[in-house]
Amino acid sequence: MNAADPWKGYRGRAREALQSLGGRVWADVEIETETGTFVGIILPRSEQADDRHVVLKLPTGYNVGLAVDKIRRIAEHGFREAKYKIPEKEFPFDPVKPKVTLLGTGGTIASRLDYRTGAVIPAFTPGELYGAVPELADIANLTTIKLFGVFSENMGPEQYIATAKAIGEQIEKGVDGIVIGHGTDTMHHTSAALTFMVQNSPVPIVMVGSQRSSDRPSSDAAFNLQCAVNAAARGPIAEVLVCMFGPTSDSYNLLHRGTRVRKMHSSYRSTFRTISDIPVATCTPDDVKPLRSDFRPRRMDRNVTVDAVFDDRVAIVYYYPAMKPDIIWSLIENGYKGIVVNGTGLGHVNKPLYEPLREACKRGISVVMTVQTIWGYAHMFVYDTGRDLVELGVVPCANMLAEAAYVKLGWVLAHTHEREEVARRMLEPVNGEITEREPPDGYLVFQGGLPEVEEFLRRGWR
Amino acid sequence: MDPWRHTLIHGIDFDDAAFYGALGFKCGLEIHQQLDTRKKLFCHCPVGYRNDAPDAVILRHMRPTLSEMGTYDGTALMEFKTHKQVIYHLYRDNVCTYEMDDTPPFPINQEALDDAIEIALMLNCKLVDEVHITRKQYLDGSIPTGFQRTAIIGVDGWIPYRDRRIEIQQLALEEDACREVDDKRHTVVFRTDRLSTPLVEIVTKPDMRTPHEAAEVDGLLGRLLRASGRVRRGLGSARQDVNVSITGSDRVEIKGVPRTPDIRALTHYEALRHKALLELRAELARRGITPANFPHRERDVTGMMAKTRNERLRKLREAGGRLRAVLLAGWGDTLAWKTQPGLTFADELGGRVRVIACLDEMPNLFVLDGRGTGVAVHEEAHVRKALGAAAGDAVVLTFGPAEDAQTAVNEILERARNALAGVPQETRQHLPDGCRTDFERILPGPDRMYPDTDSPPVPLARDRLAAIVAQQAKRPWEREELYRARGVPPSTARQLAIHRHARVFERLLDHTPTPACTTAVALADWDKALRRNLRREGKLLPLPAPETLETFLRLAAQRRTPCRALRLGLARLYETGAADPPPPLPDPELQALCETVVRESATAWWRTRTKTVDHLLGLAVERSAGRAEPATARRILERLVPPEPPAPVTAKSC
Repeated sequence: MNAADPWKGYRGRAREALQSLGGRVWADVEIETETGTFVGIILPRSEQADDRHVVLKLPTGYNVGLAVDKIRRIAEHGFREAKYKIPEKEFPFDPVKPKVTLLGTGGTIASRLDYRTGAVIPAFTPGELYGAVPELADIANLTTIKLFGVFSENMGPEQYIATAKAIGEQIEKGVDGIVIGHGTDTMHHTSAALTFMVQNSPVPIVMVGSQRSSDRPSSDAAFNLQCAVNAAARGPIAEVLVCMFGPTSDSYNLLHRGTRVRKMHSSYRSTFRTISDIPVATCTPDDVKPLRSDFRPRRMDRNVTVDAVFDDRVAIVYYYPAMKPDIIWSLIENGYKGIVVNGTGLGHVNKPLYEPLREACKRGISVVMTVQTIWGYAHMFVYDTGRDLVELGVVPCANMLAEAAYVKLGWVLAHTHEREEVARRMLEPVNGEITEREPPDGYLVFQGGLPEVEEFLRRGWR
Repeated sequence: MDPWRHTLIHGIDFDDAAFYGALGFKCGLEIHQQLDTRKKLFCHCPVGYRNDAPDAVILRHMRPTLSEMGTYDGTALMEFKTHKQVIYHLYRDNVCTYEMDDTPPFPINQEALDDAIEIALMLNCKLVDEVHITRKQYLDGSIPTGFQRTAIIGVDGWIPYRDRRIEIQQLALEEDACREVDDKRHTVVFRTDRLSTPLVEIVTKPDMRTPHEAAEVDGLLGRLLRASGRVRRGLGSARQDVNVSITGSDRVEIKGVPRTPDIRALTHYEALRHKALLELRAELARRGITPANFPHRERDVTGMMAKTRNERLRKLREAGGRLRAVLLAGWGDTLAWKTQPGLTFADELGGRVRVIACLDEMPNLFVLDGRGTGVAVHEEAHVRKALGAAAGDAVVLTFGPAEDAQTAVNEILERARNALAGVPQETRQHLPDGCRTDFERILPGPDRMYPDTDSPPVPLARDRLAAIVAQQAKRPWEREELYRARGVPPSTARQLAIHRHARVFERLLDHTPTPACTTAVALADWDKALRRNLRREGKLLPLPAPETLETFLRLAAQRRTPCRALRLGLARLYETGAADPPPPLPDPELQALCETVVRESATAWWRTRTKTVDHLLGLAVERSAGRAEPATARRILERLVPPEPPAPVTAKSC
């Protein structure tokens, strides 16, 4: 891969020095410096790193950086380019096993990081996946389709639409379940989008990612993949689900409803949580145990409705004290058609925002309210502020998550711009984005340090 | 010493150059020493040990990954075969989400980095210009990430030893692993308190030629580390791995040798094991068994053993376990080939089976050689017949849960195959006798090293290095030489060279008029005695900081505190923390004291006049709590004591 550039990643002084001294990437060399002689293989350098050092892999496997200014001589003794490839084994086919299609969008699941450039090398063909996670063959016959290779922050409407269409095609082809590999950062945006765009699916659509990339022995990728493929192949729940770690232990995964789930920690494995409700099920590589009975069951027909449209002139405004009206004015002036206001408490903003919000509503922009408390409902009739806002035309979105509201608003606006119709459709749940009730255990954020919680961690965290 | 150990080491000359030279004995050391930093290496947890019940428990598994050279590491694959469930005990006070592998690393601890650089300089290492943090894979679960973050700080150093140099291959700064609490069957339990404590790993070249040299160099490096003043003390803060090979054998690593003196017997018997295994290879070759010609058979014999009288096997069968027999054609009695005192080649097979198949209830295999060990003679015959064993064939019976029994068979064959090549590269653990070893895991290679994509490289700036060099500790042998040259007694010099007060001593050396000897004795010998006394009295007081001691000694020099008063003042400092060395008695008071002493002892006489003065001087010093300056007091007493004994009566008393 570096045949084109023998000084990959090196720039400036380091590149000049290597060029003039005759050192190239992957060369097995002896480097004489002012302080002594070093033997090893010249490695490519990360492009973000400085231009003062050459990276050498010592025979012990360690890497060290040598200052280019101290190098006097480089003698090449050989050349050893890394063959960076996941062992590929043919994915076994078993006619009695269910058929699952894995749609790849990118992210760290089922991929490996190129250590030098930070690029993702996808382990993606069934053969590669089988090489990396052979247990998958015990669960299903796997087909893979690479849709895109993007980090989750680069997923957007275009990708939602393409994914939804691909899902529809696969369902019509007769697969027993679909798994979608996705970066975790915006997985809950995509899961909401797919819930709206792919309705009435007869089979499970399971989104999965990993919090520890699969270049680490402790990665959660293999376990997540096994759980997700199992939920897709054999699970009874024909909804868009997110399948990620339950506790931080390699113990079981949770299946979250696509519209009620949120990434809640920047790095924990058990980062995805169902908000203001309980998850749909627990899941292991060989079992799916529903926690509730109101899910949409798997069917034998193929009557799926794909409604893949999106109007991206929608924004989320995260309200903060002393927010100035110009933020809203700027959205109005820039032609936005929908605004999700993520308000404080029960759904509030300050008085200076009233005017632009009134104007927005007047101009036919749909303004909806969600809560930045994450849990709970927008109750806009409790305080004056709320009542005022409703009067201005702001639509409270009950307990819809801000991210789900953003995605739904974009999806609804692609069908109609008529404000009342938009409001009606926003408040009519497709699948759980608004629930009529929040159960008493829908909000559980334990506090460490309390004896009963500590007792739970000691005994029950696994 | 226990008698068994005594028989193993009694009368052996571990420094017999001719004997070990003929063997081609080579030994290298890997010393792991924790650094005395306040916080851990890649997070902000305090360093500290816990022995109480954990605050939380989590469960993980490990999978091997590809290195950036595109290969899998052999050890990683071996560990993966064991299918271990790894359980971690967590403590809220000194474990955070970093140790749990639930958060990426924070920037490397700069204090630890400075300490490691200083130690690398003391070892005459060439420093790297940019520190690259690397992941060293460990799939045994001892680190929740599955890899240890480690970085080379220096390479190609040396220390003087005997008439030559012992070369230091490298010094790395790395995070410590978990402590293993329990390991049974497929579950291993680790305590995470120690995890991520900064440590330096020093790797020597295989330059030690006898077991005695290995132990001495280990001691020398230990002294160098202590002399740096940057290292943690106490149980478990230093551990060493010892590499051994002989002519014709590959390197074997003895892991975690607890005591320096044990290195001698362990390396000696490991070298003998290599010799035995090489002889075994020759014997097998003589019988025509080579890697290319290795006839063997295996068979499930569970059904055949339905009526076995061995209760363990019967119960295992009832629980659904399997019994499998392996035939090694032509191996005959070689399974009884002696490798170490009381151990045979069959133990080599058993070690592999124990670790990799997780069959850890010993014995985990029986050699069916007609002696009826484990199963009855007729059962042995039955199984041997079923496998079609001839008289010269060896048959091994192994047993366990179905999957493990299969793994066991594979490992037995693998180990037997290794024997045809010689000595397999292994990590071995020491047995409790501190002399013999047993299999721990396959020796990992460079393929288990990966760059840490979470941590940016750290360039070592010139001014940073200059600052470290400026205050770098002297090496212990340099210190000893210097101290002795300044009149410090050799035993004190040896102690002080690695003492935490060495730097205080060196700072005071040329800046106070106090003789070097007194300062050295105060800082090393008196310090030791005072701490011992306090400990005995059950007083667990905080020790005075080196800076306080320095202030005390500077004050003492200023005030010209006499030696005896210095010691008493020091004792007060240790007990109360008051750095107040008593000044000498002013001349008039001293004169009065001497007069009193002479008057009160008017009738006393000690054989000679000089002895009498000595005695009176002692009294004066004692009465003044050491504040009587001895030389002045002596001069006064010389004047006061009469030239002749006062009366004949007291002469008897001498």
